[in-house]
Amino acid sequence: MSTAAGSEYAVELRGITKRFPGVVANSDIDLAVRRGEVHALCGENGAGKSTLMKILYGMQGADEGTISVDGTEVVFRTPGDAIAAGIGMVHQHFMLADNLTVAENVLLGAERLHGIGRRARDRIAELAATVGLVASPSERVERLGVADRQRLEILKVLYRGARTVILDEPTAVLVPQEVDELFATLAAMRAQGYTFLFISHKLDEVRAIADTITVIRRGTSVGTADPATVTNRELAEMMVGSELPTPQTRDSTVTDREVLRVAGLGLADPAGGRDLLDGIDLVVHAGEVLGIAGVEGNGQTELVESVMGMRRGTRGRVLLAGTDVSGATTMARREAGIGYIPEDRSRHALLPEQPLWANRVLGFQSRAPIGRRGLIDRAAARSDTERIVADFDVRTPGIDVTAGALSGGNQQKLVVGRELSGDPVLLVAAHPTRGVDVGAQAGIWSELRRARAAGLAVLLVSADLDELIGLSDTLAVILDGRLVGTADPATVTPEQLGTAMTGATA
Amino acid sequence: MSPKIRSAVLAPVLAVAVAALLCGLALLISGDSPLQAFGVMISQLGSGTVAVDTVNSAAVYYIAALAVAIGFQMKLFNIGVEGQFRVAAAVAAVVGGTLPLPPVLHTLVIIAVAALSGAAWVAIPALLKAYRGVSEVISTIMLNAVATGLIAYLISPDTFGQLVGNNITTPPIEPSGWFPGLALGESGTLFGMILVAAVLGVGYWFLLGRTRFGFELRASGQSPTAAAAGGVNARRMVLIALLTSGAVAGLVGLPELLGRDHAYTLTSPSGYGFTGIAIALLGRNHPVGIALGALLWAFLDKSAVALDVVGTPREIVLIMQGLIVLSVVVAYEVVRRVDLRAEQRRVAAATPTRPRPAEVGT
Repeated sequence: MSTAAGSEYAVELRGITKRFPGVVANSDIDLAVRRGEVHALCGENGAGKSTLMKILYGMQGADEGTISVDGTEVVFRTPGDAIAAGIGMVHQHFMLADNLTVAENVLLGAERLHGIGRRARDRIAELAATVGLVASPSERVERLGVADRQRLEILKVLYRGARTVILDEPTAVLVPQEVDELFATLAAMRAQGYTFLFISHKLDEVRAIADTITVIRRGTSVGTADPATVTNRELAEMMVGSELPTPQTRDSTVTDREVLRVAGLGLADPAGGRDLLDGIDLVVHAGEVLGIAGVEGNGQTELVESVMGMRRGTRGRVLLAGTDVSGATTMARREAGIGYIPEDRSRHALLPEQPLWANRVLGFQSRAPIGRRGLIDRAAARSDTERIVADFDVRTPGIDVTAGALSGGNQQKLVVGRELSGDPVLLVAAHPTRGVDVGAQAGIWSELRRARAAGLAVLLVSADLDELIGLSDTLAVILDGRLVGTADPATVTPEQLGTAMTGATA
Repeated sequence: MSPKIRSAVLAPVLAVAVAALLCGLALLISGDSPLQAFGVMISQLGSGTVAVDTVNSAAVYYIAALAVAIGFQMKLFNIGVEGQFRVAAAVAAVVGGTLPLPPVLHTLVIIAVAALSGAAWVAIPALLKAYRGVSEVISTIMLNAVATGLIAYLISPDTFGQLVGNNITTPPIEPSGWFPGLALGESGTLFGMILVAAVLGVGYWFLLGRTRFGFELRASGQSPTAAAAGGVNARRMVLIALLTSGAVAGLVGLPELLGRDHAYTLTSPSGYGFTGIAIALLGRNHPVGIALGALLWAFLDKSAVALDVVGTPREIVLIMQGLIVLSVVVAYEVVRRVDLRAEQRRVAAATPTRPRPAEVGT
């Protein structure tokens, strides 16, 4: 790494250490971003990218290390300090007020910069051209698409005077075509002297846009790489540090025994908008993984929760192994043999304050071996938790620690182990490896494959196209609450799938 | 001592110590001697009926706090224990004073009527909460006010009551309906209902820790979303939890009704429901913790009388009770966070995740 004069760098982090009990934090991270470059920060989920950026953006203090901006050492106590130093951050989850207009969202909290009159409007128009936002300033944000919202977020930080912009996984919410447009904008802005810190774990994207790549793994910086010369393979090995897992399922295990049939499933929007789900027909056979591809927010959550019986007011029928369970409660469906991996682990799958063994009970409180005539068999719950901890490699000092103390990957392994116990016939899995480290991901994939080979039917929803293509036997595309097409995972590319997800062509 | 028990004991002991310290300060500022005041309060336990009164009173508080704690387990705030116990006591007194029944059966009928009345009174907010999403905090508070009017109607001489002197009372319950106590001569008489309170405590412990219902109750309280995904019917849980809470609340007035007063009058005691909230907080919804909290609270109440003797305002006890609740809430939160950190560190230490930095890069 260079040790040249500070002014060469827009931002320089030296020896950043952040201790966080229970999770991988930052350990002696170095990061130097030259002015006017797109600097990619690469690392697997949970490697410590977000923590580092929160430290740079003043949301958390570092335990050790220094931050320099334009060669001057600074201390950020709040995001306000970082903004004042010309650093802005666009979060992965947008922070916009849907019911306000584009201009109002920009001005909210920044009224003192250019007022709220003509001067402000002129500045917004100027910056809109810079970020490539074509929407009218008087348009309400709720009418904007995801890509436009992202541009608006960038505009917001520029309006506040940012010269260095942190983009936290900006492509996670975009389809491939939108990613290309975003990259074109970033390249143009780079030419105007803006600096970008681009957080991602997608290697192709990083190599396409970045001038320099810093890789962090398990909380520490393992080095920098030149995107012109480094290969995907080398980059991946820097990130993972071991052989890469692949989600590829090998031989087909699909049978002709129907496990799940959904017919004409629909769900009205309680708020009165267009239907959240409409006319969904699908079949999953024993030994088959049916993958649902779609841009997030197109009805995947509703589909999963309708199949689980957690939504009121659904139309149509859900049949499990030929039995109509459309009117059954969630518990009855679980008892009939549906395992469920919810998309939001901490909110839907676990009781964070409860010990691991009590979490093993959740969803199984009514059945053997844990539930007996209204009582909970603690000994059975404990011994079966021990089994899951051993078989699924849950890293924990014991089964009496609370679930909230485990890292995300270990929590997820516990959930997968629990939902695969009791020999389910169907597994409804929403984002089964979201936010888990690479080792846990490989473990979860192999468990899913093993269960599939044993005849389990899986309804898989995932935002990770590689995971979807790699694990699924059949792919269906969901758009605006409707299934709009199918694809063969053996031949489809992520780009083709991305196109189908936007509805451009089926 | 396991770390779990240590932190469970540490927090309330710290809190009571801090509260006593602050009370001592308050006494010093007002020109009284804290040592003398506390000394007089403690020495009271040996005199007259104070010890027995303390235990009797604690039994009442215990039942009230259990009623509140059942709701707390599901993050339901049943502020209406007050109204539920008063309505239940009045209805039970009317039924018990009117129906001629043989011994034992008479007592059992009164107890059952009280539990059912308490449950019936909370059924209104329970249904509103389950089917209309009405906050139980608001509806139970308002029903406390309605309860006062309902009781006034029930015990009025025009309906079921009678005028005795310048007090209005329900017809007295015959001795066949009483719950026999344990007479200790000079020291007073222990309520027999103390046994019922103890049984309730054991039942509460078993229900929460060992049954499917208890598991679902706690799961719903800690994470309604995870409970729903785990097959718990939230609406049913709200109904059952509140009805159970109300049924237990219905028993709060019985130790005094069946053991001492034998009739519900205009001057029958009130306020136990609110005391129950404080004690449930103090005892951290744990059956043993609540018992200790109830005893402490009752002791402070009963020994306060003695403060007048040494010229110390007895209101200092109110200050102390308030301070205890405040410091307990703070102490539990502090201990909880410290424990969480310690556990995360322990987990992190037991699961090494950081490999050696690899020699790659430029």
